[in-house]
Amino acid sequence: MTALLATERIKLFTTRSPWWSMIMTLGITVGLAGMVALTHAGDRPLTVEHSQFGSQFGLMIITVMAALAVTTEYRFATIRTTFQAVPNRTSILLAKTAVVTGLAVVVGEITAFGSWAVAKLIDGGPELSIRDSGDLRMVAGVGLVYGVAAVMAVAVGILVRQSAGAISILLIWPLLAENLVGLIPRVGDDLRNWMPYVNAGRFLNGVDPEMPLSAWGALAYFAGVAAVLLGTALVVANRRDA
Amino acid sequence: MIEATGLTKHYGRTVAVDNLSFGVGEGRVTGFLGPNGAGKSTTMRMILGLDRPTSGDVRIDGEHYRDLKRPLTTVGALLDAKWVHPNRSARAHLRWLAAASKLPYSRVDEVLDIVGLTAVANKRAGGFSLGMSQRLGIAGALLGDPRVLLFDEPVNGLDPEGILWIRRFMHRLAAEGRTVFVSSHLLSEMAQTAQDLVVIGRGKLIYQGTVDDFIANATENTVVVRSPELDRLTELLRADGVSLVADGDAIRVSGVDSAAIGELAAANKIVLHELNPQIGSLEEAFIQLTGDTVEYTAHTDQHTAPAEPAGATEEAPPA
Repeated sequence: MTALLATERIKLFTTRSPWWSMIMTLGITVGLAGMVALTHAGDRPLTVEHSQFGSQFGLMIITVMAALAVTTEYRFATIRTTFQAVPNRTSILLAKTAVVTGLAVVVGEITAFGSWAVAKLIDGGPELSIRDSGDLRMVAGVGLVYGVAAVMAVAVGILVRQSAGAISILLIWPLLAENLVGLIPRVGDDLRNWMPYVNAGRFLNGVDPEMPLSAWGALAYFAGVAAVLLGTALVVANRRDA
Repeated sequence: MIEATGLTKHYGRTVAVDNLSFGVGEGRVTGFLGPNGAGKSTTMRMILGLDRPTSGDVRIDGEHYRDLKRPLTTVGALLDAKWVHPNRSARAHLRWLAAASKLPYSRVDEVLDIVGLTAVANKRAGGFSLGMSQRLGIAGALLGDPRVLLFDEPVNGLDPEGILWIRRFMHRLAAEGRTVFVSSHLLSEMAQTAQDLVVIGRGKLIYQGTVDDFIANATENTVVVRSPELDRLTELLRADGVSLVADGDAIRVSGVDSAAIGELAAANKIVLHELNPQIGSLEEAFIQLTGDTVEYTAHTDQHTAPAEPAGATEEAPPA
């Protein structure tokens, strides 16, 4: 497995896309945190939650990066060269998922703590201190959410095999579909409670007592959906012609 | 040793490969010949486990490709030189292949040197010419120092210099005792590179054997004879029931070999100026065998104007 991880690590870092994604994620999240802190005015103090304002944008960039890590392989047919070198498709695709997810987690942690630190430096208010487990989850949890989102993106990338299609699905789903579900009469709100990205948001920003899952339960549910998608993608990849 | 038994591949209702059985012998160059669309690439993808056969089976040294440990050390293949990320350097491309096969990175520089790409090793592969891409693909195939090598149309689109390089390279690989299985629709190319042939048309096996037998069996051999006493020789040959046609100041004799004609002339004291056996070209043999199995036939003699009542279709010559 270490050889396969090395293979996918070389692949990922010898193209430009992950580097640009990392720089953009860092720039946007930390930049937005700085802007929020600088322009903040009013009676209510700046909180830890405010410092993570940019994390949603970072999530999208990481999602695109993870999807591209797979779809470009299909586009340039390097997936065939890959399966030629490693006929065990499950293991090499899991290695790819691991490497991409690992990068997503690291980028998530760096950007989240970076954002918080910048906001704290600029504003310095007491509400910006990480005081309880909820505050810590809000910051340190970003990396975990990015990681699960990366698994989701890799899975969709394997299933769709095409950059534009995979990215459209991955961006339209959380931005549009999960919100529109709430508009369905009667069952809409219940359905919305079980949307994966809604649960990712609840893990970070906390839950109300009437919600069906606890914060960590929400993350587990988000991860469960990603795992099911990845499992499906692996079955499909093994069945079809490369 | 590559062995295919009853290999079949359907894409929806299209039958790409149809109950194909053949063997590729060890330490020889075997040409895999067929018109475009005959199923050569599909067969090669099935050998490498990329495509799943609808039925039948193909093994390398008795094993399925997917069961090979570190397959690049057993089978090296170049199916398409463009299967490279354009923004990755040649060296990086080979490095990840080496990592996947647990080969030392020093091997990457070795194969880059073998194919002559050392100078451009750190340049992005997307900027490579077809010839350079082909060399990079071959470097990848050689990475694991495999016993078996597969090449799909390696000279396609190459300039004469590139073709010559590939041809010499194939000979070198075979001389090193490797099994080389190379596909082509260019017959003249196969005549110069291959010893054995596997010929397919529309996914079906047409011929398997040596190149020499293929040419001998599939073409009619004629002998061109020139002599100042052509009339007398013609009479003698006709008396023996040999068929011949006049060809300018010579005759073209078919059905008997040059030795028999020479002996007949000597016995009758006829001076010969030329006794020239014409060996049928591979092209002729190929067209004869595959003429009616070409997937997409272009009717070159047909008028492009709307259909005319008669004589508009010119079929390929029958096998």
